[in-house]
Amino acid sequence: MGGVHPPENKFAEKRSVERLEPPKSVAIPLSQHLGAPAKAVVGKGDKVQAGQLIAKGEAFISANIHASVSGTVAKIDGVIDASGYRKKAILINVEGDEWAEGIERDESLIEDSNLTAEEIIKKVYDKGIVGMGGATFPSHVKLKVPKGKKAEYLIINGVECEPCLTADHRLMMEKGQEIMVGASLQMKALGVDKAIIGIENNKPDAIAHLSKIAAGYPGISVEPLKVKYPQGAEKQLIKALVNREVPSGKLPIEVGCVVHNVGTAFAVYEAVQKNKPLIERVVTVSGSSVKKPSNFMVRIGTPVAELIEAAGGLPDDTGKVVNGGPMMGKALNDLNVPVTKGTSGILIFTEKESSRPPEQNCIRCARCLTICPMGLEPYLLSSLAEKQRFQDCEDERIMDCMECGSCLYICPSGKPLLDHIRVGKNRVGQMIRERSG
Amino acid sequence: MKALTVSGSPHFHTEQSVSKIMYGVVFSLVPAMLVSFYFFGLPAILITLTAVVSCMAFEFIIQKYLIKGPLTIFDGSAMITGVLLAFNVPANLPFGLVVIGSAVAIGMGKMTFGGLGKNPFNPALVGRVFLMISFPVQMTTYPEPTAFTTKLTDAVTGPTPLTIIKDGVGRGESISSLMMQIPDYMNLMMGNLGGSVGEISAIALILGGIYMLLRKIISWHTPVAFLGSAAAFSAIFWLIQPEVYPDPVFHLFTGGLMLGAIYMATDYATSPMAPRGMILFGVGCGLLTIIIRLFGAYPEGVAFSILIMNAFVPLINRAFKPKRFGEEVKNG
Repeated sequence: MGGVHPPENKFAEKRSVERLEPPKSVAIPLSQHLGAPAKAVVGKGDKVQAGQLIAKGEAFISANIHASVSGTVAKIDGVIDASGYRKKAILINVEGDEWAEGIERDESLIEDSNLTAEEIIKKVYDKGIVGMGGATFPSHVKLKVPKGKKAEYLIINGVECEPCLTADHRLMMEKGQEIMVGASLQMKALGVDKAIIGIENNKPDAIAHLSKIAAGYPGISVEPLKVKYPQGAEKQLIKALVNREVPSGKLPIEVGCVVHNVGTAFAVYEAVQKNKPLIERVVTVSGSSVKKPSNFMVRIGTPVAELIEAAGGLPDDTGKVVNGGPMMGKALNDLNVPVTKGTSGILIFTEKESSRPPEQNCIRCARCLTICPMGLEPYLLSSLAEKQRFQDCEDERIMDCMECGSCLYICPSGKPLLDHIRVGKNRVGQMIRERSG
Repeated sequence: MKALTVSGSPHFHTEQSVSKIMYGVVFSLVPAMLVSFYFFGLPAILITLTAVVSCMAFEFIIQKYLIKGPLTIFDGSAMITGVLLAFNVPANLPFGLVVIGSAVAIGMGKMTFGGLGKNPFNPALVGRVFLMISFPVQMTTYPEPTAFTTKLTDAVTGPTPLTIIKDGVGRGESISSLMMQIPDYMNLMMGNLGGSVGEISAIALILGGIYMLLRKIISWHTPVAFLGSAAAFSAIFWLIQPEVYPDPVFHLFTGGLMLGAIYMATDYATSPMAPRGMILFGVGCGLLTIIIRLFGAYPEGVAFSILIMNAFVPLINRAFKPKRFGEEVKNG
């Protein structure tokens, strides 16, 4: 149901992942995940090694954070992150590249594991694994099936429906075995015997490659999907793969599914089999004006500017830099923003590509309503929010909106539909919190 | 370094725009235009030009001097109103009346409510019905179709098939005898029949409709519901009394049914938003059209039925929502 087909622009899909050297200094935010920020366990002047725990996620929904480099903690201070706000971060001056003990850094594949489900979940928690698709929900929470619920399917998200991004694509091509082992470990943790890897048809090489590997892993299958944005959204992917609809306001486990990104499966593999915390990730740097569209393996906390430099530098006609995909990513106001666990791409837009079309009257063409993947009425929600009729917004299920951006993308009148809907969601969220005390 | 643009996502935008959609509709009307130019000649061309120019001129005057707001006369919507208004009047209508009709369509039908997208009633139909009620004689004197003519006056006029049936049945004549006075179905489909400028050729209008469907300018729901319900409803009467009520094929290919179902009932601003609402709207139009044709005072009911259903659109939008994701949970 619904969905749009924005231009794919996957300029970097054939570029192998390139490892970037650690920068001179990194800034590692304490909040790189959904939920409570982690609590720093190091202080100014402390020596740290790559992979060492530097902040502990103690709340139920939180995640551990590790040093991504070796060096000295310069300070713990507010740093502007991708949200545009100043958030607490641990700044480390890099000295050498010493790794904490117990982390295996060689690339050899380790398939076997005799850990129990609890032990796997503990490792995933210890190593600070979060959802790598962008939502950064702590993975260990998702792997614990709540009492009274039963997981049937593990769904591995290899859709990468956002245009321009190729990080997951490259990971599937280059770390297919590791992803399979990671998925098997997640299956064991969840107690399920079926896993489906969903990949869109615009990545035939990844489909072929993973299908071949999956043949050696019982229970894991690869499912090609039609190209459609936002199919990589959890609820849409579950609908496409097992034809179940997650009820409004509920989690996928309600319909027996748990969804993890391919990047997360890889991170789980490294955490469990190699003892490696989540301290680096693949980031796509791309855009029509970028000299060398690339996929980089970078340390968490590296300034975005360094990645742009490595991809050929910032073009002169740059108008906008986006952290994430073109449909849901956030425009940056500062290029010193650090890469975090959720950074899937850095996209560069020319000045011409940076502005929105002029706004005109709504012609009531119903395109926004036709394409809304949640079956909402964006034109209505937007105008209700504009008129501050927030109770009506809630009744029209504004909180079901996942901000995929399809409505604003498709609107021929250039209406800022999603901008108004965001304001509405914010206020309705406030109302709901006040109601519940 | 220059400051970076910061704006909310998404950062991509479709190539589609209001004027591209509007000119797409105008383009899809070209086949119907050519057929009417062929059968009604120079007068049809001049009527269409007059209507288009006056609609755009009235929009310009109102925006520039009354509203003093931005000018949008080249977004294509005033042009569509002009073409559709011309399509809805006889080819020998005096030009003065065309200008009056355009003023009513744009002024009363569109700009009073705030312009594009805000009008509750289809502007071209508002213009047409205004003319119909104010100038009933001129609006019901239809020229007979001939091969291309440049004559502006003295065209042979005659009743349309719908009028022949209406009057004939009123006099107690049987359908089978009345059908002898009407062109055969092949000619009806091609457009060789009396009627308004652009409504005559079902084939050309269907062609335009298919083009709009392929370009996703319209969806199938409204036209199919409209035509389907008109056919089904008229079939019921025809099956009961075939000598009093004409068959559904006759209904589909005469009068303004095709033009109405494909172009007037699918008007964005005045039709429902959700698919289920569009179907109800189309079914309502179809039923009312047949009721007016069979039992009303007028031989044709398409314009009235669409305007009546236009009035229900806000209610339909309230009652018929799109299917929400996660609403009906059927798992297994």
